[in-house]
Order: sequence, then C-alpha cells, then structure tokens
Amino acid sequence: MGMDPRELESLLQAAKEQRGQNPWREAWQRLRTNAAARVSLYMLIAIGAISLLAPLWPLPSPIALNLSPEPIAPVAPWTEFGSDAWQRDAIWELGPMDRALVSLRAKLFGNWQSAPWLGTDTKGRDLLARIVWGSRTSIQAALAAAFCSLAIGVLYGALAGLIGGRVDNLMMRLVDALYSVPFIFLVIFLVTILGEYRVELDRRFGIDREVVFYLVIGFVYWLTMARVVRGQVLSLRNMEFVSAARAQGASTLHILRRHILPGTLSVVIVYLTLTVPAVMLFEAFLSFLGLGVEPPKVSWGLLAVDCTEALSPLVNYWWLACFPAGAMATTLLALNVLGDGLRDALDPRLRGSRP
Amino acid sequence: MLPFLLKRFGWFLITCWAVITISFVLMRSVRGGPFDGERALSAEVERAIAARYHTDWPLSRQYFQYLGPFNLDEQGATFFGGDGTRPLGGILTGDLGPSFRSRDFSVNEIIAQSFPISLALGSVALCMAICVGLAAGLLSALCRGGKIDVIVRLLATIGIAVPNFVLATFLILFVAFRFDWAPVAGWGGLQHLILPGLALGAPFAATVARLTRTGLLDVLSEDYIRTAKAKGLSPGLVLVRHALPGALLPVVSTLGPAAAGILTGSLVIERIFGIPGTGSHFVNSALNRDYTLAMGVTILYTVLIFGLNTLVDLTYSLLDPRIELEES
Amino acid sequence: MAWAASLPSPRRTLALAIGLGLFVSLLSTATSTRLERADFTYVNGSEPSSLDPALVTGVPEGRLCKSLFEGLVVKHPQSLEPLPGAAERWELSQDGLRYTFFLRPDGRWNGTNPNAPGVGEAVTAQDFRSSWKRLLHPTTASPYAFLLECVRGAATYARMAGGTYYSRSDWGLWLREQADNSLRAGITGLALEAFEDDPSSLGQIQFVAGEGDELRVGDELLRIGELSFRTPVAARVRAINRQPGLLQNVRTDPYYAGWCVELESAREAQAETLETRLADALGNGDLFRAEDFREKVLWPRVGLHAPSPLTLEVNLIRPLPYFLDLVSFYPLFPTNAQARAAAQERWPRDWEQEWLRSERFVGNGPFLLGQRRINDRIRLVKNDDYWDAGHVAFRTLDVLSLDHLGTALNLYLTGEVDWIDRVPPTQAFKLEGREDYGPEPQLGSYFYRFNVTRPPFDDPQLRRALALCVDRRALCEAVLKGGQVPAFSIVPPGFAGYGGAEMEHAPRASLDTDNRPDWERAHRADIERARDILKQAGYGPGAKPLPVVELLYNTSEEHRDVAEVIADGWKRELGMNVKLLNQEFKVYLDTQRSLDYDVSRAAWFGDYADPNTFLELFTSDCVQNRTGWSNAEYDALIARAARTLDPERRLEILREAESILLRELPVLPIYYYVTHNVVNPRLGGFFENIKDEHFPKFWYWKSDAELQSERAQYPATKQLVKARGPQAGLRGPLGIGF
Repeated sequence: MGMDPRELESLLQAAKEQRGQNPWREAWQRLRTNAAARVSLYMLIAIGAISLLAPLWPLPSPIALNLSPEPIAPVAPWTEFGSDAWQRDAIWELGPMDRALVSLRAKLFGNWQSAPWLGTDTKGRDLLARIVWGSRTSIQAALAAAFCSLAIGVLYGALAGLIGGRVDNLMMRLVDALYSVPFIFLVIFLVTILGEYRVELDRRFGIDREVVFYLVIGFVYWLTMARVVRGQVLSLRNMEFVSAARAQGASTLHILRRHILPGTLSVVIVYLTLTVPAVMLFEAFLSFLGLGVEPPKVSWGLLAVDCTEALSPLVNYWWLACFPAGAMATTLLALNVLGDGLRDALDPRLRGSRP
Repeated sequence: MLPFLLKRFGWFLITCWAVITISFVLMRSVRGGPFDGERALSAEVERAIAARYHTDWPLSRQYFQYLGPFNLDEQGATFFGGDGTRPLGGILTGDLGPSFRSRDFSVNEIIAQSFPISLALGSVALCMAICVGLAAGLLSALCRGGKIDVIVRLLATIGIAVPNFVLATFLILFVAFRFDWAPVAGWGGLQHLILPGLALGAPFAATVARLTRTGLLDVLSEDYIRTAKAKGLSPGLVLVRHALPGALLPVVSTLGPAAAGILTGSLVIERIFGIPGTGSHFVNSALNRDYTLAMGVTILYTVLIFGLNTLVDLTYSLLDPRIELEES
Repeated sequence: MAWAASLPSPRRTLALAIGLGLFVSLLSTATSTRLERADFTYVNGSEPSSLDPALVTGVPEGRLCKSLFEGLVVKHPQSLEPLPGAAERWELSQDGLRYTFFLRPDGRWNGTNPNAPGVGEAVTAQDFRSSWKRLLHPTTASPYAFLLECVRGAATYARMAGGTYYSRSDWGLWLREQADNSLRAGITGLALEAFEDDPSSLGQIQFVAGEGDELRVGDELLRIGELSFRTPVAARVRAINRQPGLLQNVRTDPYYAGWCVELESAREAQAETLETRLADALGNGDLFRAEDFREKVLWPRVGLHAPSPLTLEVNLIRPLPYFLDLVSFYPLFPTNAQARAAAQERWPRDWEQEWLRSERFVGNGPFLLGQRRINDRIRLVKNDDYWDAGHVAFRTLDVLSLDHLGTALNLYLTGEVDWIDRVPPTQAFKLEGREDYGPEPQLGSYFYRFNVTRPPFDDPQLRRALALCVDRRALCEAVLKGGQVPAFSIVPPGFAGYGGAEMEHAPRASLDTDNRPDWERAHRADIERARDILKQAGYGPGAKPLPVVELLYNTSEEHRDVAEVIADGWKRELGMNVKLLNQEFKVYLDTQRSLDYDVSRAAWFGDYADPNTFLELFTSDCVQNRTGWSNAEYDALIARAARTLDPERRLEILREAESILLRELPVLPIYYYVTHNVVNPRLGGFFENIKDEHFPKFWYWKSDAELQSERAQYPATKQLVKARGPQAGLRGPLGIGF
C-alpha cells in the first residue's frame, strides 16, 4: 500500500478524534436524547417484566374455562374489583422459576384474583390473563427466533464478507437460492418431524415443541441477517481507516474487534429490533393456518386469530379484537421506534448530523 | 446488460434446480399422502391409485420423471401410453403434471387460471402501497418533527404491527358492512380488489412511507442538493428532479422482497376474501399433499422472486446511473 | 410518476412499458371474468376434487354430481323416499335378490355443446352397466367401488388384481408364475362365491392331487363341494398349502397363499419350458391373461344384465334393504360411455381431465356444466332436454368454492349468496330464532377413538371412566352452540325402526339439554361413577397414578375447543393430565392409522340410511376401525346381520352389536351432528333432512304471497329476515315436481 505517511498520520488522527470517547456511550447518550426511543425502551422493559413475571400477577388462570354461551364484556375495576376464586393448579406444567413465582403470588395475594377487567373470551377465559400469558409465549418465541437468526446470520455473513472473492459470491448465491424456497413447506415439514420426535425431544433434551419450533423459524430468518452483516463487513473492510490500521500493522483480531465488530453490531442490533416484530407476525400467520402454538398454551397469534371471529355483523366482541391487537401493536410499535432510534444513534454516517 | 442477464439466467437455472430438489424431498418426506381422507381407502384402491399416479415408483425415478421427463425404466414405452396412468410431469417439457387434489385440472391449468388473479391483486396492493407510502413519506419528511410527521409515523408503525388478517377483519366490518363501500368477498371485478388490496398493501405502504422518509432526509442533506438549491432551482423542482430519485433507491430495493411478501401474504388474504388466486393453492396444496401442485407453485414462486430481483437490479441501474450492473 | 420525468428517455420507456403492461393485465383479468348473477348462488364448501361421480367422495362433489347426473332413483327432498329418476319404475323379486329397473324412454344425454360426442343419445341400461363396470374396475381406483360389491360376482370382478396372472376359464383356478419359474395355483374368489355365506364349506375344500403327483392337462387338482378344479398345464405338485384361514382372505387376496398348491413342470416335459406350455394354453383358450379373464369370464357373470335397452336387472348376493338408497348415491350415477371413449381416444393420457370440460361435458341430470374456474365458481345451466325439465325452476345456478366459514357467512349476510351449509361455530347461536336457520339432527357422529392396543387404554375401565366424565351438555351448549345433540352412542338417532343402544350412564329425564339442573345432576352422578370405576381399577392416591395421556386432534378451531373442554373436565374431575396434540390433517390421519396415539378425535357420516354404515366401521378388519379394537362376537353379529333377511330381526342384531361396542367403548361418543344450513327464506323445495341432502331440481323461488302465508304460521318468536330474490317467485313451467 503506497500511502503517504503524513496523510496516514492525519487520517488516523481524524479517526481517533471522530471516535472520541467510547462510541457506545456516545450512542447511548444519543438514544437518551431521543424521547420516542427512550419511551419505547421503558415500555419494552415494562412489557418484558410483566410478561416474565406473569405468574406473579393476581390474574385468573388463562386457561380455566367458564363456559357460558356468550363472553363477558370488560368489567370496570371499580364495579367489580376481584374475588377469591383463584385455583392454583389450573395451569399447564410450569418450570421451577414459575412455580416459585406462583408460590410468591399465593403468599402476596392469597386466592384473590382480578375480575375480568378486559372481559373474557368465548370460552369464558379471562382476556387480561391470556394477553399477559400470551405475551410470554410470543416474546419468548420471538427472542429465541431472533437470536437464532442472529447466530447463524452473523456467522455466515461475517464469514462471507471477510473471506470475500469467489467463496463470498458462492455463499451469497446460496442465500439467494434459499430466499426463493417457499418455507411454508419447510415449516410444515419440520412441525411434522418434530411431532414425531416430540416425546424423545422432551425427555432427552427437555425442550418442548415450541422452543424447537421457533428455533426453526429463526433458522429461516437468518437469510436477511446474513446479507446485512456481509454488506456491512464488506464496506467496513474497505474503509480507509481499516486500511490505515492494517498498514500500521494492527493485527486482524484487533481490526475485527476495534473496527469491524462495532460497525457491524449497530446494524445487527437495528436489524434485530426489526426481526422480532417479523417473527411475532409470522407466529400470528402460522396460528391463522393452525400451525402455531398448541392450546392450552396461548400466544398473541392465537388471540389475533380469535379476534377475526369476534367481529362480524352478528357478533360484536370488540374487546376480543381491540385489546390483543392493541397489545401486539404497542409492543411492535415500541420495538420499531426503538429500532429506528438505535439506528439513528449507532449509524456513524448520521453522527453529528442530529441535534 | 446482456452478459449480466445471461449470468443471472445461469444462476436462475441452478437455483431452480436446487429449489425443485429441496422441495421435492421435503414434500415427499412429510407424512400423509394426497389421497388420505377421513374415510380411509381400502388397500386395493390405494394400490390402484398409486399405480395410476406412479407414486409406487421409487422416489428417485419419480424425481427424474418430474425433472425431465427422464425415464429410468428399461421399458419406457408404457410411459405416455393410454394405459390409464399419468406421468408426474416433466419440467423440461413445461409439464407440471396433473393435480392430485383437483383431479379435473393439470397444474399448468390451475396456475394459468389463478395466477393472473393473484397478479391483479398483488399489483393493486403494490400500487396502493407505493402511492400511499410515497405520499405519506414525502409529507412526513417535509414536515419533519411536526404533528403530521408523528401521525404518519404512528400510522406506518401500526400498519407494520398488526397482522393483515386482523386488519382485514376490521376492514370488512367497517368498510363493507357499516358503509357498504365495497363487497365483502368474492371475485368478479375491480371492486372486489379494494378491500383485499388495502389489507394486503397496508404493511408495505407503511414500509414505503418509512423508507421514503428516511431516504429523503438523507438525500436532502447531501451536497448535490445543496448545489441545486444554490443554483436557484425552486424547492419543488429540487425535490422532484434531484432528491426523489435518490431517495427512491431504498424503496425500489425493497420492492422485490415486498412483492414476495405480498405473494405470501396473499394466502391469508385470499382465504378471507374468497379470491381464487395462487396464494390459496400455496398452503392448501401443501396441506393436501398435492405433490405436483405444491411443486408447481413453488417453482412459480421461485421464478417470480428471481425475476423480481433481477428487475429490481435493472431498475436500480436506471434510477442511479452510478451503479453498474454486475454481480454483487 | 413524477420521478420518471427525470430519467433519460429509453429508460423511461422501459419503466413505463413495465408499468403499463402490469396495468393492462390487471384490467383484462379483472374485467374478462364477469358473469351475470345466477338465479341461485350457493356456497359449496371446499373446491370439488372432481366432477366424475366414480372418483369422488365428499359432500361438495356429491352435490354437484347430483345436479349434473341422475341415478336410477332420486329422493324426495323432504322424506328421502325414492322417486323415479332415470328409471320410471322398478320391481323387486320375492326373495329380495333381484331388482329390475325400467328406464324411461325419454331419458337423454345432453351437454352445453350440441356437437359433443354422446349428446342426444338415449340413456340406456347399457350406460348403467358400463358406468358401473368402470366403477368396479381397479384401474378406476374408485373409493366407492365396494358399494357395488353387493351385486353378485362384482367383488370378484373388482378385486382381481392385475399383474402376471393367468387363470383357467370356468374352473376358477388361478395360476401365477413365481420368481423361480415354478407356478402357484389356487382357487379364485369366483369359485368360492357360492360358499361364502357358509363358513363350514371351508372343510369341503380338499386337494385331490397329492404332493409329488404328476398332473396332465385336465387332471383334477382340488375340489370344493361339487366343483372340481383342474390343472391347465401339465406339471408336478411340489407342495400343498392348506393353512386354516378364513374364506374372506381368499376373497380379498386373489393370491392368498393359505389355500394353494405349488407346481413345477412335469419331469416328462423337461425339454419344454413352462413358458411354452403356458403360451400353448393361452393360445387354445385354456388360460387367460388376467385382464382377459376379467372381461371375458368374470364380467358376464356379474349380476348386471340388460335384457332390453331400457331394462336393467341387478342380482344381489343378499337382500339389501337400503339398495334403492345406494342407487340414488352419486357413485352409482351413469356417465356417458361415448363421451368417455371419444376423450380416451383423443387424449389417451389425460382423458380423465378432458372429458369433463364444459365444452365436452355430457350428462343426464337437471343441469349442465357451464363455465368453471378453479377455487371460484361453477356455473350450472338448466338442461332443457332433461325429462323433468318442466319442473326445474332455475335457469342458472352458481356454485361457489369457499372454505372459510366466516367469508361464506359474510357473503350470505350481504345477499351475495342464497344458501350456506355451515356457519362459524362461534356465531351459530346468534342465528337462532331466525327464519332462515334451523338446525336439525343429521346422520353424523362426533366421537373420540381410544387406542386399545397399548396402555393405558387397553384397560376398558379407564375408557369407561373417561367416557362418563364428559360434560356433553356444557360442550354442546357453551362451546359448540349450534344445536348439537349430546351422544351416548355411536349410531345417531334417525334410522327408521332402529332403537339404538346407549353406553352406561346416569339417566337424563330427556335428551333435551334445556333441562339444565336435570342434566347437571345426572352428570355429577356420572362423575361419581367414573371415580368409583377408577378406584376399583386401582387408580388413585396410594395406588397406580393416573397416566398422562395425549389427545390428538386435527388442526381446527372447533376440534381445539372440544378437546380443551374435555381435557379440562378430565383434569378437574379425575385429576388426569391431558396433553393436547394438534396435528395437521394428513399427519393426523397417518398417526391415527398407524395407531400412534392415545385418544384421537374422529367423526363419521352415514353413507346410506342403515345403522350398518356406522357399525361395520368397528369390525376387526375394517380399514376405518383405527382403534385396534377387535371383538369376535361383534364381528360375528355384524356378519350375521348382513345375512339376515327379516328387517326387524336384522336391526335387533345390529342393536346387540352396538351394545357390545358401547360396553367396551373403544370409542367415546360425544355428540351427534346437526345441519347448519342458512338459506334464503324465499327458497322453496328445500328441506332439512337427516342426510343433509338437497336437490337443486326441486328448488324454486316462492312468491311474496306464498312467503306471507308461510310466515303467518311461524311462532311469534321467529325473527324474519329480508327475503331477496324475485317477488313474483320463479317456478318451472309445470310447477313443483315433488
């Protein structure tokens, strides 16, 4: 590399200045000044906490049936606050942490449970409880799928980008080809296969069907991630300050850690906030086709499907449509806004261009 | 441009072959057969049906028959004969075979009948998405930070955040029943495309709006816009002649995936609105184990995505002369 | 678009061309497909898999076949009594074994294209013979071929499999070349037909030739009663196989090895290969190839004869009280032989797709096939050449294919369609009390299968306890909400003369679930009984823990709801943990068939008006059994019922069989289906009936006056709805035809 040493010196200086302090801290500050993103972040944390601690809340069981011909419309808390009707074991098998939470709930609230503040569904199950418990399944699934896509996608994309040349070309063509595989087949196929091995999987690895199922979705969603990461790696690799650092004799590891990884990470985080909503929507789509979560477990997708039956000229169970859709939209909205905010905060090109 | 297209075509063939092979294997390894029903067939009838559709052949032989038709049997004469059996098709001859479920039709016919309908629905949805999305994005970029911007961004995010079947339910209830502005379902004329087009296009309108907004904001801060402004061009002209084409680049690049999304999204929408398009075949054929139809729509889908991606690349070079047509 | 203005001109042209192309294609598709609204439009459920009566199963297909073709007999739309169809009248012989149908002379084949082959021909007995022959022939692979096996000789004709198969003409001996060039010989089902009602004839089978004997052409090989079977080829008897086995096995497997001899070429004939001998035998008519044998020997022996062009004689193997019901069932409808042959000649490969196209379609039903678009609609046009055209009111019918129940209901509510046959379960109860909706019992049962081949459900006590612990009233009332009837038996009520059995349960004052306290009391008693049973069977605290079981159902809202409620009941009342397992339909079928489940959802609809259509499902060798349950006594009773001539006695035997089934409970009855038709109140000639069968030929539009007079008789609570359609009504020129 025939580069004038003086030019190099000034370039490195500029890079150092631009980097200034820790880029992450800078980004975090940028994010904090973005009100919408900040609110979204807090909201997501709240939603996450509510959903994680679902067994703790004094809600009725999400699956206890209370059969009556028509669902109950929302009851305002000041009309009927709650009752001592909670039954502890009216739930599917829970993990150890959840069992502890249930015990804690029993200590804190006794057998008190809230009235159907958001109404009940057509089988008399408390809607609020279903939304809270459903958020668990949906969020867990979305996170699992997103991280699975992250792992595969980043590895694949970074590899392609770093190696470059023919290998890169081939790897990307493979991604292109996979893009054209309609993966509804893949999902049906895997659901079937998993159905056959469900007992074994459960016993030997302690994973139930859903977890595997959403890992599968993640496995399908890695394609875009791989593309994005590769693009970023490629553009970073050819950046002048990387060449400069290399010319100065920095090790590959150093370049990777110091220059390429931070640059890529921003893209990855942004993309992750976009994958999570996509997976949640996909879960709803699968539920619509009847391939989603198995009852009695509940997910937002299942609730969304119920909502299509709740509104018609004959019946008007608006609460069954509005609340689950609202919960879902709020979460996805928060994720999207946060994603935007993160991109604005992390994108080096936009640095300094914003107040 | 020609070498680019040729190279693309080469990749297209390889991709197609891979997709056919993968989906053939997947399709056949899923449990259950096309003729299984609540009323189980007797063993003789099952044998007879297998003989007629050649599903009693070894899989490899069926595969090559489907690809070619390459007949791997030493007595190939009975193949196209009038022995009451039907070949599974032959991709190279353009024959996608008979449908196992809709036995009065071949897969070619089913696709020929249903695809134009999906195309119509898809283009309506895409047009709506682009028009609405562009306008909204433009508005929100120009009023950046203002009330309109906030509202547009909110609507756009809701568009992305609500499953399209939920949106469709609301649309049916309010637009069709409450105000009687459009038919609830069915197929027959343009008016039947209004609601499904809206429900299908909404998420993409939202995406387009967001992308236009961001793209425009980026471009407006570029040097050449400043130069144009400095030259004394009117702001409107700057926007239309200089800023918009640049801002549209990311929009165009999402059109390929968006079109693909509209295709898959249409399976739910077509079901809810009773539209006889290809989308419904997509899921139903897989669920019915209609092997040939499932393969047929898979191939159709592959061809479409590939075609769209190529088209997008071409359009890209049209919009931005700086971009050369080349691999990656 | 504005940005296009900034592009250089060739690029702009390209972009514009692409856009324009898309738009034109859009417009042309959207406008080219418009059809005038038909006189009557209905939603027919999922897309019909075919219109060929010989190939289809399922309600949507059946409805279309009934419009396009006509069987010997049609049914009265309300009572389902037989009415003349293609046959003007019919006679039944004294012994109940021979039906003679006299076809009407004015029956004609017709199609929308007057030049299609077959149009204008008379509908003859030969048409029925050839259509039924096609139904039976194995290459047709008709799922309903077994229905005709009640005709003498038909089973043998149908079940004779192809392959390297040779047979002696009238001796009923089959021969099959083995891999080692030896031969195997046995008796065909044909020879056994005479004995099949009498299992003792098994003892009469004797091998005349012994092992090692050398045989010449014409030597006796074996003997059944009066019949002797001779060798068509000179050979030596290598081995004789006489495993005990049911004659039934010979019927179902023409190569059944339990009763056969193995032959090898005679020593003296070593110079000659077996092959040339076989060729000789084939040449001089001693032997036939299987297909020839089927056509030349077996077909003439099938009990279907046409003494004159308009007379069809059907000989049954046993009296069949429901035979007229069978001939009005769509698989036995005639199709035009010439139309088939013409298509077969032109499209040797794809004729089955081609001959049913609307431009070639030929039928004898009240309607003809018009335009057809897959997954959308089929337009039916009135057949003016139909013998009863004077009674057909509608000129055009539109038959829509739609699976989504909500969409269908929306279309009905906006008046786009006039009849839907199902409603979304969550909304059915909202229709109650409307004049256009009135659920009626139907011949259908919803039940669960137990897999009795493996623990825990090999234990009948556990099955009984679970069957008792299902709150059927709550299920029907609060989940299904569509008027479904709680079931304690598999055979639904409604079969004339059949007083069905019930599983053991606490008595309810009436089947009417309106009496809620009564039902709840009885259900509590049932639960107590279930707990007792479990305790006796050794389950409970301190003893065997209750197993965790899996409840399998196929993906659907309704099945999910039922499963959730039942599982909830088992968990709450008995403390049994249930995992719900939802599988996609085809996988579910496969799981069920391979007996890889604990409990599985199931349903059955009767094919014909006889309890046998439900009870024969659970015989040991029925493919529909799928529970692994096998009970010799039950099998024997079903077989005996089939041989019993006296109708009352027969139903009594069937009842006895059902009581065994309900004592053992390999299945858990849940509810009986009801119809869910929502139909324009203006439609006349449409009735609810137990088979939920409807007959477009009898339909007409009522006039306002008629509608008024009918509405005057409604109870006051009935809610009137808007009756769309012509106010003056619409009838055939000759009025109402039933």
